[in-house]
This record gives sequence, C-alpha cells and structure tokens, in this order.
Amino acid sequence: MQKTEIPMRPTATQSSLWRSVSNYLYYRPRLVLVLLLGPPLLFMLVVYVGSLGSLLVNSFFYLDGFTGKIVRHFTLQTYAELFVPSNLDIFKRTIAMAIAVTVADALIAFPLAHYMAKYASPRRKSLIYLAVLIPLWSSYLVRVYAWRLILAKEGILTWFIGKVGLLGALEWILSLPGIGGTSLGLSPIGMFIAFTYVWLPFMIIPIQTALERVPRSLEEASADLGAKPFQTFRNVILPLSFPGVVAGSIFTFSLTLGDFVVPLSLGNSKLFIGMAVLSHQGTSGNIPLAAAFTMGPVVIMIIYLLIARRTGAFDAL
Amino acid sequence: MPSRATSPGRKAPLPLTVTAVAALLFLNIPVLIIFLYAFTTDESTYTFPPPGLTTRWVSVAFGRSDMLEALWLSLGVALLATLVALVLGTLAAAAVYRTEFFGREAISFLLLLPLALPGIATGIALRSTIATLNIPFSYWTIVLGHATFCVVVVYNNVVARFRRTSGSIIEASMDLGADSWQTFRYVVLPSIATALLAGGMLAFALSFDEIIVTTFTAGQQETLPIWIFSQLARPRQRPVTNVVAMLVFLLTLIPIYFAQKLTTQAADTEGQQNA
Amino acid sequence: MSENPAIVFEGVSRHFGEVKAVDNVSMEVRDGEFFSMLGPSGSGKTTCLRLVAGFEQLTAGRILLYGQDVSALPPYERPVNTVFQDYALFPHMTVGENIAYGLMIKRIAASERRQRVEEMLDLVRLPGLAERKPSQLSGGQRQRIALARALVNHPKVLLLDEPLGALDLKLRQQMQIELKSIHQRVGVTFIFVTHDQEEALTMSDRIAVFNSGKIEQIGTPAELYEHPGSVFVAGFVGVSNFVDDTVAHAIMGDATSDEPVTFTIRPEKIQILDPGSPVGDGMYSADGHISEVIYLGINTRYIVSLDLGGELTVVEQNLNSTSMSALAARGKPVRLVWKREHNRTIKLDH
Repeated sequence: MQKTEIPMRPTATQSSLWRSVSNYLYYRPRLVLVLLLGPPLLFMLVVYVGSLGSLLVNSFFYLDGFTGKIVRHFTLQTYAELFVPSNLDIFKRTIAMAIAVTVADALIAFPLAHYMAKYASPRRKSLIYLAVLIPLWSSYLVRVYAWRLILAKEGILTWFIGKVGLLGALEWILSLPGIGGTSLGLSPIGMFIAFTYVWLPFMIIPIQTALERVPRSLEEASADLGAKPFQTFRNVILPLSFPGVVAGSIFTFSLTLGDFVVPLSLGNSKLFIGMAVLSHQGTSGNIPLAAAFTMGPVVIMIIYLLIARRTGAFDAL
Repeated sequence: MPSRATSPGRKAPLPLTVTAVAALLFLNIPVLIIFLYAFTTDESTYTFPPPGLTTRWVSVAFGRSDMLEALWLSLGVALLATLVALVLGTLAAAAVYRTEFFGREAISFLLLLPLALPGIATGIALRSTIATLNIPFSYWTIVLGHATFCVVVVYNNVVARFRRTSGSIIEASMDLGADSWQTFRYVVLPSIATALLAGGMLAFALSFDEIIVTTFTAGQQETLPIWIFSQLARPRQRPVTNVVAMLVFLLTLIPIYFAQKLTTQAADTEGQQNA
Repeated sequence: MSENPAIVFEGVSRHFGEVKAVDNVSMEVRDGEFFSMLGPSGSGKTTCLRLVAGFEQLTAGRILLYGQDVSALPPYERPVNTVFQDYALFPHMTVGENIAYGLMIKRIAASERRQRVEEMLDLVRLPGLAERKPSQLSGGQRQRIALARALVNHPKVLLLDEPLGALDLKLRQQMQIELKSIHQRVGVTFIFVTHDQEEALTMSDRIAVFNSGKIEQIGTPAELYEHPGSVFVAGFVGVSNFVDDTVAHAIMGDATSDEPVTFTIRPEKIQILDPGSPVGDGMYSADGHISEVIYLGINTRYIVSLDLGGELTVVEQNLNSTSMSALAARGKPVRLVWKREHNRTIKLDH
C-alpha cells in the first residue's frame, strides 16, 4: 500500500463559507458561548425573570380602595394586609395541606419506587413506568374532577363504603372540623386525596431515579458487615435515596401551594393561596395584593430550593 | 452512572409488593372510572353504578364546535411552544455542558425555576407585565407563557443526554475532517436525537394539558383545558367532558409511549457500549 | 537535523493558567518513524499529542508539519489522524460507516469508499465486519476499527493516544506486534503516547521521555536504556539500581573522595558469584548477602544487601535453576561482579 499524497487543504467541495465561519469560531470559545447562551438567556431573563421582577415591584404598590386605581409608590401597606387573620389563615391552610400532601406522597411513592428500582425485571419496569406516566398524561383537570366523581355522595366511593357497612365511620370523619365537610367531594379531606393523587407520579420518578443510583455493592457490603435487611434499608438505602425524596417534594410542595383548580373543584369555600390570587387580580383588579400573595409561595419555594440544593436533590431531577 | 442494581426475578418481600401494587392501582383506577363515566346515560349526576351505558356522547362531543376550536388552539399552542423550546433548550444545554463559565450554576438554577416555582407566579407575573405593556392577550401570549416551562423540560432532557455522551467522539469527528457544522449534523445531532424527541414530546404534553398559567395569559381564547374547566361547572352534558378526557388521553398516550421507548432504548445501547 | 522531518516542535508551550503542562518543548519526529512519547501521568506527553492533532491551542512556539506551520489550523484542516484512548467510535453508525466517515466528509464516491473500507478491514484483519455496530464488538476489535478509521484517510502522521491501555496483557502484546507490522507496511509516521516503558521499548524507533512538561531525553530504545542521561530516565526506563556517595566511591575505588556521586547499573548486568571469587580486570565488585528472592518464571530477582550498605537488585535468567534452588539461596553470602563499562555515572537532578 503506498502513501497517497493528499493536499494540505481539503478541496473546497463543501461550502467554504461554512468552513470559514467554523474556523473563525473554533479558537474563540467565548464567542461561541455567547452565541449559544444568548438567545435562551435573553428569553428567560426578559420574559420570565423580568415578569417576576415586575411582580415583585407591584407587590410594593397598593390599590386605593376609593379610586380603584393602583398607586405606584413604594409602600409596605399591601404586605401588611397579608397579616390580617383571615389572610394568615389562608397561608396556614395552604401550607398545612402542602406538607400533608408531600408526606403522604412520599410514603406512598417510596415502596413503589423501591420495587421498580431494585426488584422489577427490565420488562416489568418499563410496564410500571408506563403505568405511572400514563395517568400523568391524561388531562390534569379531568383527573381532579374524577375525584369529584368518585367522592360524590352518589358516587362510587360512598357506594363502596355503604356496601362494607362503614357509613357511620364516614359520617364521623366528615363531622371533624378542619378536615370534614358537607360531603367527601367538597371537603379538605377530599382535596387532600385529590392532591395526593395528582402529584404522586412527580414523587415516584425522582425517588426511583435516586434509588437506581444506589449501587448494589453497597447493599451487599452492608449485609456482609452484618446488617439485617431493615438496618441496611435504614442506614444505607434511605439516606442515599433521600435526595430523590427531596427532589420529588419540590414538585408536590410547589404545585400544592399554588394550585387553585383542586380547591375550586373540591373545596368548601375556604380560600387557598391560588384562589386568593385569582380572585384578587380578577374582578377587583387588586394586582398589588395578588402579587403580595404570590410572593409568599415564591419566597417559600426559593428558600426550599436553596436548601434542597445542599442535599444534592438537584442531581436526582 | 446508574448501576445494574436489579436482578430479574429477585423476589421482593410481600409487604413491599402489596404496597407497590396498591400504589399502582391508586394511580390508574380513577382513570378507568373517567372512561366509565364517558358512557353513562345519566348526564347530570355521578351515580354509581351508572344507570345505563351509551356511546352517544362521543358524537355529541365531536359536534361541539366550541370543543373543536379549543382542541385546535391547544394543538397550535403546544406545537409552537415545543418548537421554541427545542431550539432554546438545546442551545442552553449545549452552552452549559461545553464550557465552565462564571455563572454556570446560576443559569442551571434559573432554568429550574419555571418548573419549581408555582404556576400562579409565572401566570400572574406574565399577566401583569403584558397588561402594563399594553400587549393584547392572544395566541402569542399563551405560547409565551408555555414556552417558559417547555424550555426547561427540553433543557433537562438534552443536558442529561449530553452528560452521557463521551466527549471524544466530537474530537474524533473533527480529527477526521469534519468542521463544527458537519460534526453537529453527523455526530452530535444523532446522539441527542432521542433526547430531543423525548423532551419535545414531554413539552408538548405539558403544554397541551396546562391550565394554571394559561388562565392568566389567555384573553378570550379557550384552550382545551380551559374549555374543560368551564364545562365542569355545568350541570348538563357532563359525560361529554369525560369523552374529551378520553380523547386527550389517547392523543398523549402515543407520543409518551414512544418517548419512553426511545429513552430506554438509548440507555440500553449506551450500557452495551460501556460494557 | 534530518531533511523534511514529519513534525517539528519549536519552543512549544501550553499553559493552563499557572500550570505548565508543556514547557518549552523542542523536538523533531522523522519522516516514517515510529516515535513514542513516554512518561508518567501529567508529564505533558498527551498534551503534546493533542497539540499536534489540534485539540489544544499553543501558548507559545510553533508546530511544523512537513515544513508547514499548522499551529493555527483547527483539527479538521490538518492531515493528521488520531486513534483515541477510548476509541471514540460513533455508536450510531456501523463499523463501515465509522471507517468511511473521513472519506464521506471529503465527498469521496460511495463505491470508492466501500473499496477502501474493505482494504482497511483486511489490513487490520477484521474482514467482513462492516455491517456490525461498535457495541457488538470486543475491546480489541474496536481498537482495530479505530485504527482503520484513522488510517483510511492516508494521514501524513498517525497519532495514537495510549491505544492499548484498556486491553489485557496477552492482547496488548499481540496488538503491539500488529501495530508495528502495520506501521512497516503502511510507511506512515506514527506518534505513540504511552506510560508503559516496556511498550515503548518494544515498538519504537525513537522515544522521547517526558517529565513535568519537559523532555528529559530523546533516543533509540537502546540509547535510553544503556545510556540514560538522568536519574529520572534511568529510573523510568527499565529497572535500575542506584548507588550513591560513600558506597559508590568505595565500589569505584576512590573511597577518599567526598563528592556527591550517583551511578546506576542495570540488574541483568550483574553476576552472582561465591564469596571470595576472583574479580577480573575491568570489573567492579561488591560483597553482601541475599536478603530476598523473587521467582518470576523466566528469571529470578535477587535483592542483595551489601556489606558496605544499601542494596542491589540482580536479575538472573533461570538457565539451570529451579524455583526451589532459587528460593534456597536466601541468606547466602555472595560476591557481585559487573563490567565497568556497564556502570553509568549520572548527573544528579536538582
């Protein structure tokens, strides 16, 4: 085989304009960075961050009750309104629900995620994955409303409870203040069930991912050193998969804090944050108050995110 | 790197299997119930068991012009938002993956916010800004709102894929005579194709189903979720909503199935490659 | 200076901030030779290779390829090709498409591409694998495909970045022989990076030994082995004994001298005799006893504690002895002798 002489520069059968641009950019990585990052960053900064910024600014204005106009002067008056007992109740109610839902979802999701990550064969795992994702992709609204259906007085759950003779117990639960209501379909406990249901896949997936990343060799090492299965779970698996739980909790917490669909569909008339925001910006046009209300969950979530980052939850996303 | 921590056929402890199955049932039975009620003859209550079954609601649903308009709008919004997200998300993913630069951590954090912060924040923030700038609420404002979280979804998918490709194949391509564009076309694009597809479909599905941000950024337009929401309070023709829900389910089922297949397929070939 | 050298480095430096990965390196690679760059991790050898390929940018100096300054050319404009350490085969293409990639980029016709791919597969002795995917191949096969993919473009220089590192011993030795044979058939200049000195000695025409971004010595394998220019080279290339100062002076016969001195003697050059044996003219000797015996099949390694102090390692071919007799030697008093000309006094590194 002889050495074939090839020319130093490839013959320009390809577009030499593209080549020249490529050559120019090759040794200018910073320029490439600007070109790559520019459009998305511009978009996000202007549209998203800019809007959030203006929302923040708005929360420092206030709505003049008499004129119905927004006064554009810096004031903490609107924030002060948040501390009125009825508004504080709204916050307490929403946050309590968010916490309850997050805990419930974590408890339900973990066994399933554990099964998926450690015990399911690859084929079974795909099927389970689909079974988890598919409810997610049916309309969120309708899934919420499905619970209205299920929990309705004439609906399937009451029918079932009647059949097993537990109607008395149901009446008792509904009579409890704070959780009960006129009917299952219109009560905090109903909302709790619906919230837990709709956000469940968001908790399952990060936990499953985190569990998958725990190498089998660690479990084996733990067993080799004398730990019983439960101890291995508590001391090795749980801490290592905790970031996944935190990642999932970001979604369940955030989604519950801001939601207005579930309270509107399944709630009694007690307000949640999302509903409050919707109503204030709607008819009364009280944007400053709506903004102030919104800043609550935003601040809570930003703090939550910063803490979550420390636990390494971001790698599980 | 995910380890092969599963062994097919390894028996799970019984309580674990029971709770796992219970969770799966909890997830899927309500969906089935939705389908059941699409066929009930009772149009105004949710009596169980349903008094009778009929398929007439399907034709009623497709006869509703307001529903069809809403469907059309939702498709249009999702398509454009996904397209925008694919371009911007890939650019951002490439930038963050390639170079260590000052503020990289901050950008990653920023690109997380649209999904992590509550939707009402995005919604009302956009609404007040758009109103202040005197821009009319329209198809475009809806797309704008959707694009913010769609970009994030695509970005996450593509960045994850970039991290799993070996950097040396890009060098190999250049070594063999391909410039940046050719390398992108012949080497980079094929390797992120499945991530683009999966991210795109995810973004599409999210946009199609979104209601919270849309409530704030739409004018008089009704996307399908908004239409559904308005229907839910009406006491008549309730099963129609369920029929539409079934339709949405079927429409999103197919792309999700394929997206899932693509991502697992790709992960498997990579696993073999690294073995 | 040879006429028309393949690669010339003129004062090449590559700095990463404070770190000088390559520090003012000048060297020449001759046309058609098998040139190795040898050194420990972080010594700068791989960076030099990447500078030739175009993946790193020079901080200072020039690189000439057959007389042309390529310092500013991106990798795709340089007629050099690389075999990567992890092979870097494109997973979504077949073996044939991988090999033909460079040809495809140059818009060479499909029929000619097919023919050249087949020629290459024959050259690396993997005929008929064109339709397979890289994931279906073994490590050794992938390595050869990576080689084929590089060579099919008839590069002026072939760069190999520790290509045999991931292979097990037997396969590696086999590949070393094959690479050498391909080099001879193809006639292209090969530049080979490795940290394995035995590999470099086996395959190379000349070797450049790197240390901390600089070249310690360039020479043929024999030159480096027999005439190491520094402690580093003597220690890195092959196993070596180092004897310092007082003991050295005593052995060399000028025990009165105070000067710091180090000499090195290769273990295989030392002969083990019984104590009291006559020492011939032109030989050095040292007495001691065997403190450690390591049986290695082909040869046996003896560690001898010298009466004067210090240790010498001696390697003897197992011509007549068995493991039992070798191991029984432990503790035996011996006299070591070696020819003066094999002794190398070397400059101390500061």
